[in-house]
Amino acid sequence: MKQPTGSPKEHLKVYAERAKERVKELKESPIPVIYVGCATCGRAAGALETIAGFEEVLKDNGIEARIEKVGCLGHCYAEPLVIIQNPGFPSLLYQKIGAGEAGILVRSFLKDGSDPCYEYMIGALEADENFPTLMDYPRYLYENRVVMEHCGLIDPDEIDHYLAVGGYLSLAQGLEKGGAWVLEEVKSANLRGRGGAGFPAGRKWEIARKVEKTPKMVICNGDEGDPGAYMDRTLLESNPHQVLEGLALAALAIGAERALLYIRAEYPLAVKIMKQAIAQAESKNILGMNILGSDFSLEVTVFQGSGAFVCGEETALIESLSGNRGMPQPRPPYPAVAGFEGLPTVINNVKTLSTVPSIIRNGHQWFRSIGTEDSPGTAIFSVVGEVEYPGLVEVPMGVTLEHLVVDVCGGIKDGKELKAVQIGGPSGGCLPASLMETAIDFDSLKSVGAMMGSGGLVVMNENTCMVEVARYFTDFTQGESCGKCTFCRIGTRHLRDILRSITIGEGKMEELVDLEEISEAVIKGSLCSLGKTAPNPVLTTLRFFRDEYVAHIEEKRCPAKMCRPLIAFYIDLEPCARGCDACVACCPTDAIFTTSNRKKAIDQEKCVKCGECVYACPPEYDAVRRVSPPGMIPDQGVEPLSETEKEKDKEESK
Amino acid sequence: MLDQLLAALNETERAAVDEEEYQVLQAVVDELPAFSHEVSQLIPILQEIQAKHGYLPRLALNMVADHVQTTIGKVYGIATFYNQFRFNPPGRNPIKVCLGTACHVKGGEILMENFERRLQIKEGETSADREYSLERVACIGCCALAPAVVVGEKVEAYVTPSKVEGIITEIEVRNEMAAREQMKNEAANG
Repeated sequence: MKQPTGSPKEHLKVYAERAKERVKELKESPIPVIYVGCATCGRAAGALETIAGFEEVLKDNGIEARIEKVGCLGHCYAEPLVIIQNPGFPSLLYQKIGAGEAGILVRSFLKDGSDPCYEYMIGALEADENFPTLMDYPRYLYENRVVMEHCGLIDPDEIDHYLAVGGYLSLAQGLEKGGAWVLEEVKSANLRGRGGAGFPAGRKWEIARKVEKTPKMVICNGDEGDPGAYMDRTLLESNPHQVLEGLALAALAIGAERALLYIRAEYPLAVKIMKQAIAQAESKNILGMNILGSDFSLEVTVFQGSGAFVCGEETALIESLSGNRGMPQPRPPYPAVAGFEGLPTVINNVKTLSTVPSIIRNGHQWFRSIGTEDSPGTAIFSVVGEVEYPGLVEVPMGVTLEHLVVDVCGGIKDGKELKAVQIGGPSGGCLPASLMETAIDFDSLKSVGAMMGSGGLVVMNENTCMVEVARYFTDFTQGESCGKCTFCRIGTRHLRDILRSITIGEGKMEELVDLEEISEAVIKGSLCSLGKTAPNPVLTTLRFFRDEYVAHIEEKRCPAKMCRPLIAFYIDLEPCARGCDACVACCPTDAIFTTSNRKKAIDQEKCVKCGECVYACPPEYDAVRRVSPPGMIPDQGVEPLSETEKEKDKEESK
Repeated sequence: MLDQLLAALNETERAAVDEEEYQVLQAVVDELPAFSHEVSQLIPILQEIQAKHGYLPRLALNMVADHVQTTIGKVYGIATFYNQFRFNPPGRNPIKVCLGTACHVKGGEILMENFERRLQIKEGETSADREYSLERVACIGCCALAPAVVVGEKVEAYVTPSKVEGIITEIEVRNEMAAREQMKNEAANG
């Protein structure tokens, strides 16, 4: 084997060529190749069972095929996702392929190529006259995949897959042109930190570069604690080398010798994949000593967070790395000047670092041509909740919420009404349908009281109670407050207690004023952004959905019929079908009994209001009703079936 | 070292250390020398002990404090600050109910209640026979498949309240089958 020599680019070329050959072998495989999305979400939907299904049926039918595990495409609604590359056909993407569907695909498509199973197909990856292509769908058409370009298409376990698509070329280029040039490119690109606050990455790097103290350090912040956001996890699991390349470029730009990935404990698969990726890159001299034959060296390690939301905050993260409780520290000094062990430390989010290679590859002008003037580039959102096609979406900054929710993600499920979108997690806010024209960028969102945050977006319909959502987030931040600042520690608790009393129907009108006053105080009196933004969900819901608060307090009514102490279920005897037992079987507390005319009714004493009977009731009857306040149950003259009748039934069934 | 620590406990505390915990502690004594003595390595040390034994016994915290030459207060402070650490042994089938935003909106709390009712334990507890433990997690990042529950290592997607029964029954059936298999083997081996 030829040992690489010469410049970093020549160095890399040797590896890239070998990688391309290996991938070409796969792409031109004479036998079919089955790619299965195996990131955490794919696995949750049953991807591993799908693989087992394929293996079994392939064996039974004596068909040879290769199975490759890939990362996540971001189309979570369609998991498990499978791409089949069958010689003579374009690569075809299939959705919701369980073990059963896997068998059908093998027997109908792989065995003799007779039927490509249009019923499970989304479309072809390449343009083809016989199949719809992915670009025919709005989801693919409107998306602009820069950071997620290769996610779900390459094998995260193989560095060769990344090298074959031009991976680490930006690093080689950076090594040749020098760290100052890399810094200048990123600065000119005006890449703003994707972790939430939007601080320009280039400026942060510049500060650290100018500090004379060495060694310097770069940290990739993968402590994605925002409930409802999972794009960092997807990037770490689906394209780990892109994160590493960005990390190495950042290190080069500031002159760091040490780099660290801080990944939260709840992402075991991401930790495993990243450790493996580091080892692979080191074995090819892409990380480690004298990278690609240059005089730049970088030692990369992984640190597992231990489950504290506040550690997403830079100074708290550094505390936790040093073996302390993760409590934020006053700034200045900024970590870029004096961070971990007093060394200049740059901390960037996973998405920020993943964006860097593409900027170096295509230039800052290209990057600035995407998105808006002040927020260039793309934004990745995890759009979840009540939308038709939930998942990860990468769109140019500046598109409207309406476009994202309706055009890209298919609008609200089941033809219901959009009520609000919660954007930015516990630090963000709830925006009503009337603000759906708001552009998604750092500054527009801030102007309406929400926040980009890490990009979590939960879509809510009329069945979601805004008071309850505010209580949920406050409960979360209250639990995650590190306890350092009194206002955050005690203020969030008071907020939580008031919200809780409102959701159980014990709120008072004057408490709405308290909510606002305490919120103000928490914002002013907290050191870090956890406390400073914690009241956002409360303030935005109060501002846009005040009538819901009032209904809870004055009428003891939850308009969304979600707060369980304020609702009740009953069965409408009119549509309820005689003799049907669907709801009885599903009730976890045996609260449903048979009435004298052999229909069903709910014992309110036993009912825990789980709502299971609503789903169990066959849609043609649709007899279960939800009311708020609970006193709204109409008197239908329900009487239980008499004991003698019950005995008779028993006799008959014998 | 272990006996010294035990001797320092009062009667009730000593009684709480059962045979099983004693074994775990003994194992920790053996493992400690391999760990770094740096205070900055406290979190990874605790993580490793927990990964191996499933929880952090109280006396293990004393041992770690000794090992890195710091106070028990500091170690306890760290162990209780981070959500990952637990102080009682988990069940053989740890169940984690995700209560992230998307799961919450889709009824995660109701799932938690159903598990509590079915298993007769509260959130954060382990059943008396150590078969199950029940916890909440803030978000496992499977938001598009909400509500989600992690059973052992497996993530269950789109869990409805009536699926709770199915999840537990599946575990019970698996246990039953394993028990029968074992009985058969024992019978075969005389």
